[in-house]
Amino acid sequence: MTRITYREAVRQGLREALAADDRVVLVGEDVGRYGGAYACSKGLLDEFGAERVRDAPLSEAAFVGAGIGAALAGLLPIVEIMTVNFSLLALDQIVNNAATLRHMSGGQMSVPLVIRMATGAGRQVAAQHSHSLEVWYAHVPGLKVLAAATVADARWMLAAALADPNPVILFEHALLYPVEDDVDARPAGFDPWHAAIRRPGRDATIVTYGGSLPKCLAAAETLAGEGIDAEVVDLRCLRPLDVGCVLESVARTHRAVVVDEGWKTCGLGAEISATIAEERLYELDAPVARVCTAEAPIPYAQHLETAALPSAARIAAAVRDVVPGKTAAAAAPRAE
Amino acid sequence: MAEFRMPTLGADMQAGTVVAWLKKPGDVLRRGDTLAEVDTEKGVIDVEVFTAGVLEAIVVPVGAKVPVGTVMATIRAGAEPAAALPLPPPRGLPETGEERPVPPAAPATPAPATPAPIPPAPIYAPGLAAAVRLKISPAARRRARELGVDPAAVTGTGRGGAITLVDVEQAAARAAAAPRAAAIAAPPSVPMPPPADRQERMRRTIAAAMARSKREIPHYYLATTIDLGRAMAWLADRNAAVPVAERLLPGVLLLKAAALAVREAPELNAVWDGERVVLRETVHAGVAIALRGGGLVILAVHDTATRPLAELMTTVCELTVRARAGRMKSSELADSTLTVTSLGDRGVEAVYGVIYPPQVAIVGFGRITDRPWVVNGGLCVRPVVTATLAADHRVSDGHRGGLFLDAVDRLLQEPEKL
Amino acid sequence: MSEAAIASVPEAEAWPARERCLALLRQMLLVRRFEERAAECYQQGLIRGFLHLGIGQEAVAVGAIAALEPDDRIVAAYREHGQALARGVPAASVMAEMFGKATGCCRGRGGSMHLFDAARRLYGGNAIVAGGLPLACGLALADRILGRPHVTACFFGDGAVAEGEFHESLNLAALWVLPVLFLCENNLYAMGTRLDRHQAMADIHRKGDAYAMPHAVVDGMDVLAVEAAVRRAVEQVRGTGRPFLLEARTYRFRAHSMYDAELYRPREEVERWKQRDPLPLFIARLQDGGRLDDAALAAVEAEVAAEIDAAVAAAQAAAVEPVADLLRDVVAPSSPEPQT
Repeated sequence: MTRITYREAVRQGLREALAADDRVVLVGEDVGRYGGAYACSKGLLDEFGAERVRDAPLSEAAFVGAGIGAALAGLLPIVEIMTVNFSLLALDQIVNNAATLRHMSGGQMSVPLVIRMATGAGRQVAAQHSHSLEVWYAHVPGLKVLAAATVADARWMLAAALADPNPVILFEHALLYPVEDDVDARPAGFDPWHAAIRRPGRDATIVTYGGSLPKCLAAAETLAGEGIDAEVVDLRCLRPLDVGCVLESVARTHRAVVVDEGWKTCGLGAEISATIAEERLYELDAPVARVCTAEAPIPYAQHLETAALPSAARIAAAVRDVVPGKTAAAAAPRAE
Repeated sequence: MAEFRMPTLGADMQAGTVVAWLKKPGDVLRRGDTLAEVDTEKGVIDVEVFTAGVLEAIVVPVGAKVPVGTVMATIRAGAEPAAALPLPPPRGLPETGEERPVPPAAPATPAPATPAPIPPAPIYAPGLAAAVRLKISPAARRRARELGVDPAAVTGTGRGGAITLVDVEQAAARAAAAPRAAAIAAPPSVPMPPPADRQERMRRTIAAAMARSKREIPHYYLATTIDLGRAMAWLADRNAAVPVAERLLPGVLLLKAAALAVREAPELNAVWDGERVVLRETVHAGVAIALRGGGLVILAVHDTATRPLAELMTTVCELTVRARAGRMKSSELADSTLTVTSLGDRGVEAVYGVIYPPQVAIVGFGRITDRPWVVNGGLCVRPVVTATLAADHRVSDGHRGGLFLDAVDRLLQEPEKL
Repeated sequence: MSEAAIASVPEAEAWPARERCLALLRQMLLVRRFEERAAECYQQGLIRGFLHLGIGQEAVAVGAIAALEPDDRIVAAYREHGQALARGVPAASVMAEMFGKATGCCRGRGGSMHLFDAARRLYGGNAIVAGGLPLACGLALADRILGRPHVTACFFGDGAVAEGEFHESLNLAALWVLPVLFLCENNLYAMGTRLDRHQAMADIHRKGDAYAMPHAVVDGMDVLAVEAAVRRAVEQVRGTGRPFLLEARTYRFRAHSMYDAELYRPREEVERWKQRDPLPLFIARLQDGGRLDDAALAAVEAEVAAEIDAAVAAAQAAAVEPVADLLRDVVAPSSPEPQT
């Protein structure tokens, strides 16, 4: 049992992957000499050499496409895109190639590729570095999408993604890199493709993933003090969605609040809440609530950015709103 | 020390089952508070307390079925003065607020079958419910179906008053009446037996009461036709001067007149206790309200003789709405002293009622209709109504009944004094 | 582009052996007759979607692929029937794919624009202009890292040169020293936009200079010239590991796709280019050189016709994929097989 940061967990995962299989290469902007924009690949260039830890020019389409081509030809590439915002420059390669080649070729082609990218706001880096576009990728058949919300998942998800024969987008939330936690040996039967109940509860299900998980857990703690017992589900895999876990939880609690740092309109919250309505309408004891980011580009100024994002207070308020009879007891202030 | 007893909510009620206690020992009680919910064979009834004070002890636990008259709780009469009865609610529908129901021209009951004591099961009233779509969660709706709970009778505690799972389950738990700790301050909602079942039980209750009436009570019948020319003219003038919502219907004049006429024959406002007549000081006219699903219920309009017409109008409206929504108070079910019925708005000219035991008289009004009428030796057209009296010959004679009907006539000739 | 530029393209310096010449002829004829038949099938409604014919450009695909080793990799664009057939993908398989049948090379998932054959190292058929260039870089990167001697030949049109992915890929390949032959089939038109209307500097091969990449230009209407130029370029790529940009100047005789009124070019221009049709040109040269007589030509034609007849008949008779298999191969269910 060692206490490490999320950042270090990512680094250890990368190091382990490079050490375990010569076919693994790490490609991305400043992954080598710089050590990674978030220092996740610090030291790996020295250990594994420039051939396998490969600094890419600022050409997302080319180096992501090269990752796809290399996967087609037998490598197991890990491509790092600095943030999901920049990944839009490679959207053509990810959506038109990585996601389609297997099916379009009638099953002849396989793209065992992992694309890691940072996502999320909270650092006052404004609208072109802060958006949460996970759902854009979760929309696309042919891709798999993981989001690491815990240090342990940051440590172990990569190996699972690499072992998968499909292109996997692995999201790391930029605010989580300094978070510390105890990490043990790889848990037996570690399975990142299914959601995890991070906190069991009876009164309502909070469905979330990635950087919103700590906020949801904090909200659940606050609510516990008010007698509301919230369950927190970490989706972990955004495609394919583990709807089974969500539905099972909602069938027990009868109330759901979806927390997504993405925008509400056409977002993951819409997907989850529509699925609940389709599959478990008659279990619902209250409308499904969504806590999402304000419908604006993420602003620079701190107070505006804070106001735009889901917060523990907003999440708690949303839960109170769907839990009957306990609303009056709510004393905590609302952020907005 | 006062005692809170299992009330008799109808002539046929032998026993009741405590479904919920809505207060706990130590709670301050005001006159008119609902203290318990009691399940009868007609459904669950809110039982009020008429003694102000502090609830001392609950004697009968939830789930227990006890005979009428059993002490269920003790009350320490407090220094707190008895609060006045709650003011009548504002005009209009207190619950659903959509359409204002037309109050009966006079409380009406079918002519051959006379009013029966129906502490009714709260009845699902489709006409009212349709006006406002029930706000209930899908899960609660499904659960209500599973548990046989009528959602319309459940009070919602969810967002915007929505009925939630908890609401339904609590309602079902009260219905199940399983022995358990007293449920204190639970939402005032009740489970429903299936409608067909309720209908049948109500019919049986009416049958029993009316059969008993005809079997035991030697009825005599009187009728007179009353000129309503002055009353209708006065009413038209008065209504023209007030907003629509404050207008009076003729039925409320007839009701007040009947209540006041009791001064001429007090023995008609009484009960027969099996051996002798017991006079009642106050007139609580019982109005017969036909329920939409069939059947009827008689609810007391308290202090009919002393309250102003406008207030009586409000009360009658409100009782009609609540009766049809299945929300009645025990006092309204139990207190009436003289039934006033009317089938006038059904086009019937005269109603010869069957007395509602243990009452001793029933007054009936038919349709108000224009007729040729002789005034001062000349013929003219006047609105008239046929008033009838069916009375218990053990208690009164035709002479006394005649005085009563005559008084009704006289009172209606001076409507401004009603 | 001027016709003088075309004339400046060097002649093939050496003639291959007669058998190889006949093989080139047979392939060009196969591609030509195949596409003519595809157009017919399209008009009969047997083929749907987009159908881009390369009639006039056969010498590029046939000549270039003749210069590749079987283990070399090929990335093509959406006018790629020629590449698929020249690489040896059976005509029946390509035709069935365009008929949308289960026996097609992609089991009806790809159609005309997405022809794949893993065994023959054909990585599509890419209908996003320039979308294949980054893939080619990656294929070459894998070979480089895994120490394999293969070259990746990446075909694209002149239209792709305007895309960012072209420039990013050339830079990446040069920077990372990747064994890619970038082969631009310059047919003068990006769909309907003539080269001088979409390129500020229309001498495409010279764009290699911007990335320190060796480059050349070849007459794309001369199969022997193409074969020789590609052979030299591939040898250089294989030897140095560095990429090479080769521009083949060619022309498509038919419309961009089946539904194109060709408002963007004069009829006379097409006719003028048809004077340089690579097939008659090659046949005449073979006949002049005594390598082909009428009987031999007739035999090749008959052989090709029979193959195409059989392909069409087989495609028509073939079953379609069951709808129940719609979701098959969207994602792989199990552990990956290592790819080579």
